[in-house]
Amino acid sequence: MNLLTLRHLKKYFATQKAVDDISFDIEEGSIFGLLGPNGAGKTTLLRMITGIFYPDEGEIIFNGKKFDPLNDAANIGYMPEERGLYKKMKIGELALYLARLKGLSKDDAMVAIKKWFIKLEMESWWNKKVEDLSKGMGQKLQFVTTVLHHPKLIILDEPFSGLDPVNANLIKDEIFNLAKNGSTIIFSTHRMEQVEEICNHIVLVNKGKKILDGTVKAVKQDFKENIYRIGAAFNSNINSSDLFDVVAQKENELLLKLKGDVSRNQLLNHFIEKNIDIHSFNEVLPSLNEIFIRLVEDTPATRKFQSV
Amino acid sequence: MNKIFLIISREYFSRVKKKSFLLTTIGVPLVIMGFYAAIIAISIDDADEKQKIAIIDEANLFEGTISSDNKLTTFSFIKNETETSFIKKYKSQGFQSFLYIQTFELDQPEKFVLHSESNASLATMTLIENIINKTLREKRLLAKGINPAEFDKISGEVSVENKLDTKDGAKKSNAGVAYGVSFACGILIYMMMIIYGTQVMRGVTEEKTNRIAEVVVSSVKPFQLMMGKILGIGAVGLTQFAIWIILLFSMQMLLPILFPDMINQINNASTEESKESVAMIAATIEGIAALPIGKIVSAFIFYFLGGYLTYASLFAAVGSVVSEDQQEAQQMVFPILMPIILGFVIMTKAINDPNSSLAVFGSIFPLTSPIVMMGRITYDIPAWQIIASALSLIACFLFFTWITGKIYRIGILMYGKKPSWKEIMKWSFSKG
Repeated sequence: MNLLTLRHLKKYFATQKAVDDISFDIEEGSIFGLLGPNGAGKTTLLRMITGIFYPDEGEIIFNGKKFDPLNDAANIGYMPEERGLYKKMKIGELALYLARLKGLSKDDAMVAIKKWFIKLEMESWWNKKVEDLSKGMGQKLQFVTTVLHHPKLIILDEPFSGLDPVNANLIKDEIFNLAKNGSTIIFSTHRMEQVEEICNHIVLVNKGKKILDGTVKAVKQDFKENIYRIGAAFNSNINSSDLFDVVAQKENELLLKLKGDVSRNQLLNHFIEKNIDIHSFNEVLPSLNEIFIRLVEDTPATRKFQSV
Repeated sequence: MNKIFLIISREYFSRVKKKSFLLTTIGVPLVIMGFYAAIIAISIDDADEKQKIAIIDEANLFEGTISSDNKLTTFSFIKNETETSFIKKYKSQGFQSFLYIQTFELDQPEKFVLHSESNASLATMTLIENIINKTLREKRLLAKGINPAEFDKISGEVSVENKLDTKDGAKKSNAGVAYGVSFACGILIYMMMIIYGTQVMRGVTEEKTNRIAEVVVSSVKPFQLMMGKILGIGAVGLTQFAIWIILLFSMQMLLPILFPDMINQINNASTEESKESVAMIAATIEGIAALPIGKIVSAFIFYFLGGYLTYASLFAAVGSVVSEDQQEAQQMVFPILMPIILGFVIMTKAINDPNSSLAVFGSIFPLTSPIVMMGRITYDIPAWQIIASALSLIACFLFFTWITGKIYRIGILMYGKKPSWKEIMKWSFSKG
C-alpha cells in the first residue's frame, strides 16, 4: 500500500519553476531516497509534503486521504536541511516542547523522550542547554526530536551531515529500525554511497522535474553497460577483439565491455581457449554516483533564473 | 488552539524565568523609589553643616541684630576691625566667611562683599542676599514713611484653585498632576511599544537564523508561531506592569514603616522651603485622588495592548525578512519607528492643548492613537472620539496581522538575500 502519493505537483516561484509537475508513490515501510543536485527543487517538494508550502497545482494523498496539513502534521516528522534548536533552552524542555507541538500529551512525551534518551545514551543531557552541545550532539538531539512522536512518515534532509562515523552508524541503525517497525522514511541527500546502502527506492529530480524513478536494483540494471571484471593470471596484454573492448587492465584484473549480443559464455570460452586461469568473473554495475553524474552532467551546476 | 497556547507559554516562561527579567522588573521600581526617597530626604533635611559668619557692619545696616529662621548659621558682629585687617584673622577665629558692609546711601547701595576661602555655597549666598534685601527694603520703606507690616499686607498675593464638579461631588484638581500623569502614561506606552516590539523582532530573527523556524512550522502554522510569540511577549509586558504596580503600592506602604521619623520631619518642617514641599506633596496627593484612576488604568491597558499588537506584528514581519545582519534590521525598522515617534511628538502637543484638531486626529489615527490618547486621558474626551479611536485601532490591528502574517510566512523560510520592498508588497497580497 502506498503511504504517500504525489500527483502532478507544481510550485512556481517568481523566478523559478521550483517543482514542475512531479508525481510518484511511496510504499509504506520503505526507505525512499529523494535525490537531486543543489537547487533541483527537493526542499520545495519536501516543504509541500510537510504542509509548509501549498502546491500551486496537483494533489498529495497521504495515508489514503487527501493531505490535510493541520491534522497530518502529527503523523510526520521532518528534519529539514536548514535545522536548528533554541540555543538557550534546556535539552529536556526543548524535546518536550517540540513533542507537544506535534500533539503528544505531556506524559506520553515524557515516556517517549526517556525511551529515546536512554537508547541513544543521552540521559545525562536533560538539564544541559542546547548551546553546550557539539554539532554532532545537536544533530543527534535533532534526530530524536524528529522521531519522538512516532510518526508514520519521517523526512530526513541530509541527516548525517556533521556526524562522525560512529554516530552516523548509530543513526543509520535507528533509521533501519524505524522502517522495520513500519515507519516510512524519505531520505534526501546528495551522498550517493549512503543512498545505495540505505534506500530501497529512489527518485531523482533535476530542474524541478523527475528524471528517474525506481528501485535501486532496477535503476542499476537499467544503466548497466555490459562491463565485466575478470580476475586471472594474465601472461600478456589483452587487446580488444571482435568480442569485447578493453576498458582497463591491471596486473591480475581486466575490465572489459562486451560487444553487441555477445554472451558471457562466449567471452569465458574465449579466455579458456587461451588457457588463461580465471579465478573470478563478475558483472560491474554502475554506482548511483555514476548514474547521478551522467544524468545531471549536461545541466549547468546551478540553475539559471527563468521567468515563469 | 492548544498549540498556540504551548507557544505562548514557552515565549512567556523563557523570558520571565530569565535573571535579567527579574533584575529589570524589580530593579527599575527600586531605583525610582530610591530616587523618590532621596528627593524627599533632601527636601526635608535640615541637618546641614553649621556655619559661622562674621559681619563687619560699617554702615550699621543691621543695627547689631539679625533675625533669621536659619538655625544652622550664626552671625557675629565684629567691632574694631577693618576689611583688610580681618581677612587674615577670620579663619583662625572659627568663621567660615565674613561679610563686609561699607557705609552707603540707602538709594545707591555699593556692592556687598562676602569673603571666604572656598566658594560659598548657593544656599549661603541666597540666605545672605535675602537677609540684606529684606533689611534694606524695610529701611527704605521706613525712610519713605511706610510701615513695612502694612506694605506686606498690601502686596500679599492670592492663588487660584481649580475645583472639578463631577458627579461624585467637587474635587480639587491639580493641573500639574494631570499633566504629569498624562505625560508619564504616554511615555510609558511609547517605550513599551518600542521595547517589546523590538523583542518580538529579535525573537523572530533568532528563530530564523537558528534555523528552528522550519522545524516548528512543520508542526504548527506560521501564523500560530507568529501570534504565539507576539502574545507571549505581550503577556510578559503585562506581568511587568502588574509587578511594578504592586511594588509601587507596597513600597508606599512600607516607606513610613522603614523611615518612621520621616513623617515627623515633614510635620515639623521648620524652614520655609520644607513647608512649601509639604504643601506640594499634599497638593499632589489631592491631585492624584481627583484623577479618574479607573478610566486611566483601563485606557492604559487597552491602548498598550492595541498599540503593542499593531506594532508587534509589523516588527515580526521585519524580523522575518532580515537575516543575521543587524544593520539591515535597523534600516527596515525605521519606517515603523517613524509613526511611533510622530505619535510621541503629537502627544507632547496634545497635553498642552487636548482639544486641538491635531490632538483629536492623532488620538483617532490608529498608528499614533495609543500614545496620543494617553496624553489626553486626564482631560474630558467626547465619547465618539474614544469609540472611533478604539474601533480604528482594532481594525488596524486585524489588518496588519493579516498582511504581516503573509510576509512572515514566506520571510521566515527565506535565507540569503534580503527581499526588496516590491517583493515584500507582493507577498503581503499573495493569496493562500
